[in-house]
Amino acid sequence: MLTINKWLKENTFHHSRFQNINDLVKEKEKQGLNLSLCIPTLNEEKTIGKEIVIFKSELMTKYPLLDEIAVIDSGSTDNTRDVAEAFGADVYLAKEILPEMGEKKGKGENLWKAIYQLKGDIIVYIDADIKNIHPRFVYGLLGPLLYNQKIQYVKAFYERPLTTSHGVRPSGGGRVTEILVRPLFSLFFPELSALIQPLSGEYAVRRTLLEKIPFPIGYGVETSHLIDVYKMLGMEAIAQTDLDQRVHRNQQTRDLGKMAFGILQTVLSRMNSLGIISELPILNHTLRQFQTDDNVFETVEYNILEEERPPMIEIPAYRKKMGYK
Amino acid sequence: MKKTGWNLESIVEKLPEYIEKLKTVNEVLLSNLVMVGEIPAPTFKEAKRVQFMLDRFTEAELQNSSTDEAGNAVAILPGKEGKENILIVAHTDTLYSEKIDHTLTIQPNSVIGPGVGDNSLGVAVILTLPFILEQLNITLDSNLILLGASRSLGRGDLEGLRFFLSNTDIPIIAGVSVEGVQLGRLSYSSIGMIRGEIVCTVPEEYDWSRFGSVGSIVTINEVINQILEIPIPKRPKTTIVFNSIEGGTGKFSKIPKLSFLRFEIRSESDDMVHEIYQRIEDITTDVSYRYGDDISLTIYSKRRPGGIEFSHPLTKNVRSIMKYLNIKPRISPSTSELSAFIDQKIPAITLGITKGDRVDDEKEIIEIEPIYTGLAQLVALLLAIDRGQCVDDK
Repeated sequence: MLTINKWLKENTFHHSRFQNINDLVKEKEKQGLNLSLCIPTLNEEKTIGKEIVIFKSELMTKYPLLDEIAVIDSGSTDNTRDVAEAFGADVYLAKEILPEMGEKKGKGENLWKAIYQLKGDIIVYIDADIKNIHPRFVYGLLGPLLYNQKIQYVKAFYERPLTTSHGVRPSGGGRVTEILVRPLFSLFFPELSALIQPLSGEYAVRRTLLEKIPFPIGYGVETSHLIDVYKMLGMEAIAQTDLDQRVHRNQQTRDLGKMAFGILQTVLSRMNSLGIISELPILNHTLRQFQTDDNVFETVEYNILEEERPPMIEIPAYRKKMGYK
Repeated sequence: MKKTGWNLESIVEKLPEYIEKLKTVNEVLLSNLVMVGEIPAPTFKEAKRVQFMLDRFTEAELQNSSTDEAGNAVAILPGKEGKENILIVAHTDTLYSEKIDHTLTIQPNSVIGPGVGDNSLGVAVILTLPFILEQLNITLDSNLILLGASRSLGRGDLEGLRFFLSNTDIPIIAGVSVEGVQLGRLSYSSIGMIRGEIVCTVPEEYDWSRFGSVGSIVTINEVINQILEIPIPKRPKTTIVFNSIEGGTGKFSKIPKLSFLRFEIRSESDDMVHEIYQRIEDITTDVSYRYGDDISLTIYSKRRPGGIEFSHPLTKNVRSIMKYLNIKPRISPSTSELSAFIDQKIPAITLGITKGDRVDDEKEIIEIEPIYTGLAQLVALLLAIDRGQCVDDK
């Protein structure tokens, strides 16, 4: 078992270490790998064009690092799909991939279906709402996988190194991470608390691992991935890369409440299935929040059910496509 | 010297093919545009943008990629023969403070954001040019000097380009200044200009019982009234522009003690510019004496009129290229980079790359489709210069 400090030292990287894209391309070619970028979208017309232009130009046209750039859309009602297509991305509607599996709403659904649709040996997932997009978001995540065969799952974080010339300063994730996820990890999976931003939506994973893990379709997908990968392969398989700053839409506390509710469901159900807690009661899936109208309190109810897709390797159509017996 | 076997027709006949090929470099140009445009670069604070340019120059394996004391980014794309040198320049600075959100948004037909046309697109064109020429299978005989000129706007007063031209020992046969907007822009001459600022300060020991004792705004108003009475000739064409005015504290209870007026005198005649400036100087002295306020007058940039003739082969060829590409020329004198070339007696012109709107606004917008035509025009011009078509035999 790795100690947290040892893991932080050995498996935490800064994107600048991988900025020689030519070297990454050579490594990719030497290993005969196919690399895919997946951008899950829902109404992202303002930022999607820029992401595709930059990734296509810098990581396909100028350096052949990526073999495909795919947008998996949840059914945007704005021009997301048109904009993405105009700039040359392969655009798919999530519900049209594996239609026999039905349609579920959530980002995790898109990520899961990407495993079937995309051809890469490694898939990089990047959220579509990043305003300060830069090629480092992709090469920073691919670098550890290309240079270290033991690493299977690379997560992004967005901070400068933990120490600066002015001494040590606190470093961490967003509000849901610091209030919910890190305390939970510290209680039940202490090593995972070394991940600086466990909820970041940017990560790169080898297909051989991706196809073996289940996918919650909603807020819990990132947390469950980390628990599952940790339990399957240990901390050696996980790495994290500092991508400096990420500018994106700030979420309202109310929305973070919904996120926390979904994540909590996922973590509890994982702990139950791992035998960490037993006799979990039937969970209520309604989150209640409150609002006032002329000093009258009103309840607002959200039904948040963290459904889960099984590991892709269990899906017959996928097995057939991959030629698995 | 004109090279045998070349004429403008042999260059322009390839333009339709170039435009089609240029569409395939679209994402590389737009990617450079976004990456450079999102780095704030107000005048005197262009260092990060310049560093980005230098990184790109190095990545493109250009020669002599370097910066200088004026904060420029420069590199050389070596020519086949390398006997002559063409300078292509875009100013790196923008009008926007680093405090505003510099995020650019790309839509299928447009790019939106502060400074996108003025002049992030110009810089992106300079950065993408080596790739563009490679894709079009063009190797120039001449060296192409790529310059990101810093400290260009306002108080920068073209310091970057002036510094480069004054200190380089490379002989330059022609200069091309690239502006993002507007496609069709053709500037080949510079008008005479002085930009100045009048600052009116009410002294602490001011005698409030004197005539007109109501603060600096009234004083600056009197200066404006008197400037407006200066007779302006129709020939040579001359104007006085009041660019901006500031004064007071924004509060009702305070008498304004500080006011600013920024102005520009433009004329085809250098003598007229200086004559009007002299009149303004007299006005400030007179008003200061009569109102008891301190009034200072500072020049922060000057341009001498000059440039090449309308009939110079450089302008003639550009007009022919524009005609071939159905670009309507917008011929106007310039107060920008051209005057630095003029001071060094280097024939030069300024071109625009695409159509744009809301210039000088944070929601500035440029169109993507006309960019291909704008680039084709630029490539054809570089070829025409390179093949000796723009030499003035006179």
